Amino acid sequence: MLVLVEQSLNGLQFGLLLFLLAAGLTLVFGIMDFVNLAHGSLYMMGAYFAATFVAWTNSFVLGILMALGATLLLGIALEFVALRHLYGRDHLDQVLATFGLILFFNDAVRLIWGPAGLSLPLPAWLTVPVQIVPGVFYPAYRLSIIAVALAVAALLYVVVMKTRIGMLIRAGASNREMIGALGINIKLLFTLVFGLGAALAGLAGLMQAPILTVQIGMGENILILAFVIIVIGGIGSIRGAFMAAIFVGLIDTLGRAFLPDLLRTVLSSAAASTAAPALSSMLIYLLMAIVLVVRPEGLFPAAKR
Amino acid sequence: MKSPINARNVVVALTALGLLLLPAYSALSGNIFILTLFTRIVIFALAAASLNLIMGYGGMMSFGHAAYLGIGGYAVGILAYEGIGSGFIQWPVALAVSALYALVIGALSLRTRGVYFIMITLAFAQMAYYVTSGLSRYGGDDGLTIYKRSNFGGIIDLSNRVQFYYLCLACLFGGIYLIWRIVNSRFGMVVQGVRSNEQRMQAIGFHANRFKLVCFVISGTICGLAGALLANNTDFISPATMYWTRSGDLMVMVILGGMGSLFGPVIGTIVFLVLEEVLSQFTEYWALIMGPLLLLIVLFARGGIMGVLGRVTRD
Repeated sequence: MLVLVEQSLNGLQFGLLLFLLAAGLTLVFGIMDFVNLAHGSLYMMGAYFAATFVAWTNSFVLGILMALGATLLLGIALEFVALRHLYGRDHLDQVLATFGLILFFNDAVRLIWGPAGLSLPLPAWLTVPVQIVPGVFYPAYRLSIIAVALAVAALLYVVVMKTRIGMLIRAGASNREMIGALGINIKLLFTLVFGLGAALAGLAGLMQAPILTVQIGMGENILILAFVIIVIGGIGSIRGAFMAAIFVGLIDTLGRAFLPDLLRTVLSSAAASTAAPALSSMLIYLLMAIVLVVRPEGLFPAAKR
Repeated sequence: MKSPINARNVVVALTALGLLLLPAYSALSGNIFILTLFTRIVIFALAAASLNLIMGYGGMMSFGHAAYLGIGGYAVGILAYEGIGSGFIQWPVALAVSALYALVIGALSLRTRGVYFIMITLAFAQMAYYVTSGLSRYGGDDGLTIYKRSNFGGIIDLSNRVQFYYLCLACLFGGIYLIWRIVNSRFGMVVQGVRSNEQRMQAIGFHANRFKLVCFVISGTICGLAGALLANNTDFISPATMYWTRSGDLMVMVILGGMGSLFGPVIGTIVFLVLEEVLSQFTEYWALIMGPLLLLIVLFARGGIMGVLGRVTRD
């Protein structure tokens, strides 16, 4: 029972992290009709920036804030220099160009930081276990990830649904030409949205950094998970991304935790321990296949354009 | 009447001739490395040509094509591991398994369009990647060493460098001929019609998805053959063969050469892999140059090398 609570929290935490990544991806796709494979690279850069700045400043919070700003600036610069020339092009062109960027970022990181991974040590006040219910302890850092991600999700909701900028973003998602014709500086809006997406990816990366090693290619596997999420949730829908992210986070984590034991009840022990790792990695892809068969547009499709 | 002699055809003819004569050059100059490099190039060219069939002619942007390389390779590797060394069994199995996989994921993926299709093919390839990583009997993550290449009786010896090169080249030319025949057949016309306007083809009475699926399966099968060749070439197969960046590489080869041109993927593969080889001799950080180069190609050289050559002739 205790294990179940803990693993569910882990799943929730992972799901929220995935949401930050998927939200940026789906925002950029929904509004700019732009497929950005390099989104995972921004996630990686966020983690590398955090590890570097925290080491420089000797302050966890300051370092992380600087890393967030740096990823935001990097995203804006990227949009300004290269990606804005790809809007309105074929999706395939965008996939290829941003694939090139992944290659570039991976080698740039190897050149600057070296091939070995970095680690981002946590400050002491974040390592204490917190008693959430009597008898159940949970690491404070993971709890704070949940809190920060929920706060960001709420903030995103308020910004998109209640503010003028959010109104423009939603208007841009439903008809780009029209809001351009109404005198809105659409180029600026796109740059802002892209920067926002980059910052969200960076935030996900730097929050994940203390849990995993900061290493080259860390953005790629998680990027594919983010894709799975926006396909399940419906491309362009932030609400869908949120639901699907939590769902995928829980299924992936719980599957890895409990599938081996579950399989052992039906299969022989040896067969179960061979099949379980592969099967639990496959679970979410199976889920996606099922969703696509039943609802090819995803579970919460954005309004038709 | 168009003259058959234009920049494009000259380049194609010279490339084909160059590929045919390469072992002779290698023997005369004593440069064995170039033969090894080009064996790899020819195999990847076959994979790229098969991807071009669905991407260039069928309009299906598959981002999971490397899965077939792995499946074809694992079919050979696993059978060899289990003591079945005959190529007459290994290769048909490799093709059949690839075709079956293509049939299943094609039937599912073709329910979607556009960017959804790109992502779902990617996700299925990742799934195949994880399945093979989980095969602990066959090496799991570390991959499987193939101690004996496929045995074709006395007909051909795959361990002989030159014979193996010509086998790969024959497969490549055979594959391209097959694709050429397909593209110009009634079936191919329907597939290309569906690419330009699916609704219209549907309205004239063609079952569009059925045609696309068959095309998808043919492409996967050809790529499975490339996988069987690749496993024999490296004497090794691992999940890394089907990692998603490999699928990306294949796409780059097709686009670089010219999507929807018969010989374009071959040119694209040669340029891509030779460039990779040359750059990595200069610097360890070859992708630092390759990445932006790719961006520039997408931005400025639409239609790839074949497209540029075509424009040169027209102007």
